[in-house]
Amino acid sequence: MYEHLSVLDRRLLIVTGKGGVGKTTVAAGLAELAARHGKRVLLIAVDAAGDIARCFEHDPVGFAPQEVAPGISVLTMNTEDSLREYLRLNLKVPVFGRIGPVAQAFDFIATAAPGVKEILTTGKICWEVRQSLRGEAPWDLVIVDASATGHVIAQLDAPRVLEELITVGPVREQTRWMLDLLDDPAVTAMLVVTTAEEMPVQETIQLIAEASERLDVDIAGVIVNRVLPELLTRADELTFASLQEPASLDVLIAEAGVEVGGVLTAARLAIDLRRSRATHLHELQDAIDVPMAYLPELFLRAEGRRVTRRIADALEDEL
Amino acid sequence: MSEQPSIGPLLASKEILIVCGSGGVGKTSISAAAALGAASRVGGKVLVLTIDPARRLADALGLEGIGNVERRVPDELAKAAGIELRGELWAAMLDTKQSWDALVLRHAPDRETANRILENPLYDNITARFIQSHDYIAMERLFDLHASGVYDCIIVDTPPSRNALDFLDAPGRMADFFGGRLLRWLTLPYRATGTRGARVFSLASKPFTQIADRMLGGQFLSDIAEFFVNFQSMYDGFVTRAKEVERLLHDRRTGFAVVTTLEPAPLHEAEFFCRELAARDYALGALICNKTLPETLTSPEARIAADRLEADAERIAVALEASGIEDPQRMSRILRTLARSFDSYSLLAARERELRAELRRYAPIVIDVPQLGSDIADVAGLAEVTRTLLGDEA
Repeated sequence: MYEHLSVLDRRLLIVTGKGGVGKTTVAAGLAELAARHGKRVLLIAVDAAGDIARCFEHDPVGFAPQEVAPGISVLTMNTEDSLREYLRLNLKVPVFGRIGPVAQAFDFIATAAPGVKEILTTGKICWEVRQSLRGEAPWDLVIVDASATGHVIAQLDAPRVLEELITVGPVREQTRWMLDLLDDPAVTAMLVVTTAEEMPVQETIQLIAEASERLDVDIAGVIVNRVLPELLTRADELTFASLQEPASLDVLIAEAGVEVGGVLTAARLAIDLRRSRATHLHELQDAIDVPMAYLPELFLRAEGRRVTRRIADALEDEL
Repeated sequence: MSEQPSIGPLLASKEILIVCGSGGVGKTSISAAAALGAASRVGGKVLVLTIDPARRLADALGLEGIGNVERRVPDELAKAAGIELRGELWAAMLDTKQSWDALVLRHAPDRETANRILENPLYDNITARFIQSHDYIAMERLFDLHASGVYDCIIVDTPPSRNALDFLDAPGRMADFFGGRLLRWLTLPYRATGTRGARVFSLASKPFTQIADRMLGGQFLSDIAEFFVNFQSMYDGFVTRAKEVERLLHDRRTGFAVVTTLEPAPLHEAEFFCRELAARDYALGALICNKTLPETLTSPEARIAADRLEADAERIAVALEASGIEDPQRMSRILRTLARSFDSYSLLAARERELRAELRRYAPIVIDVPQLGSDIADVAGLAEVTRTLLGDEA
């Protein structure tokens, strides 16, 4: 399904999706998979709440990249650090220690001015990609655990917004190369993670519509997470239904004990959930024209390296 | 029969219930179900203030196209779902843009200033993004609705934000922002001259402005500053209001409920949230674990039953033939499938149970709301959740 996309061969993957769908785990799984293929990966966490280092059983990582697993480094975005780096690299303004008042003043402007805070996030991401393309940073692939659906468009759109708003000055000059990177499908791809549930599906449809309208970023795919296995075929389901007739139930209780009812209840729930999700999945498939990949429900309510590996296994089969 | 935990007492004793939790845990449904509970159990006028309801939930409540203005949920809808309302159930959705416009009109010293703010090209952009604009507006709106005295109980579905606590700090932060020396310092030259042109020279010597000018270009900066000069005229209104909102949130009449699912990420956030609420001296009334798997999945007897179905599938399938089910081969396959599915889900359920046990120390009331087979698409579905929240036996 992905042969024409080969997402792992890009240089920048932006992973987004509604909160709670497993965006961070999928981003970590992609990093794990890329590392297995010998790539050196930089994983950038934009929402610190995600605590992506945990997926590798590593302590939280700050703005300076740190290797959390062989071939995988993590960086947590921080707009103050990003500003400091920007000032140092671009305006040759030396900044020592905490930038205090400048950051405060900047915060004020950034709050007011559309796109300024976003550009610090997007700018840092693009900077790492550009450095890697020039051979000045070691990354083969930068994967971004991006903001949730609501915010990601504003971030990726920031260079264009600034270009329109700011008519002169270095910031304007800085936006062009960012757009060149983001708009090049050979370099950048966006992946939207969702689950087959009502709200995530609605948000995914909205996000893709809005992204297609406002951005030129290639939306390379939708990853549907936690897909439930099909338990029974239609014909099987009829048989299953007849199991709940009193006569059959008596036999089951005699053979397996009175709590066999619990097994049937669990099966009923599994079947209903699967069916309800299938409806949402079809709605999604009908509404969007983007390649889709499916990750099974892992039936693990854990986190850490083991889950990350399992997600990478599943991604390997799908990508 | 052991007494089921219930949010009934909480609904009866609070005028405001703030429902919080991370995205995707079902906050909106829980808020709506709690409001239905309050209207049926306690009576009076109950309002649920929501942010972005799932379309079908809004439709189910007869609220399609609902906006900033509160609307009454028809009694018949609740009645049809088997819930008799003692009071009235109302709902409103938060429209950030409309609320900001109203706020500007209220706080601006005169109509002319209000218009200058509303017509500034930066206004939409700024209010949509301004220091947690949604959070601020949600609290502002809550205060307004409460102060109106129209409602006996208001249930607030909090906005999804990066940090679930942001909305608590939003009023204070807004006041700090307007009271800050920084803002005064930045806008001073404009106020002094009253014109746009003069600023560049008066500010040019300040190092910050030099940097900002080099980065953003001078015109852009002056556009922003002009906007804030006008905006700052609303300072007093904002600060007074922020203090009032903070007092209201700390009031005994306000309670908090945290909603979570028993998955690792939402749980981390819920725990963080519970600790922070305690640290700030807010009253956490209940912790609601949404979409929990049925308890029977962790029952040892059910486990034994599943094992037997798996081990003796053939024999049981043959035995079932006597009760009229043909095709024992298909039957034995189905029985094994059921057993394996039980295995998968019971693993999840066991993990949930373990996580839930850790939550008990945070809240006086912990309520499990079971995972339903499908989304809540009508009032009947909502009523089911309501009954669970109230601790009614099924």
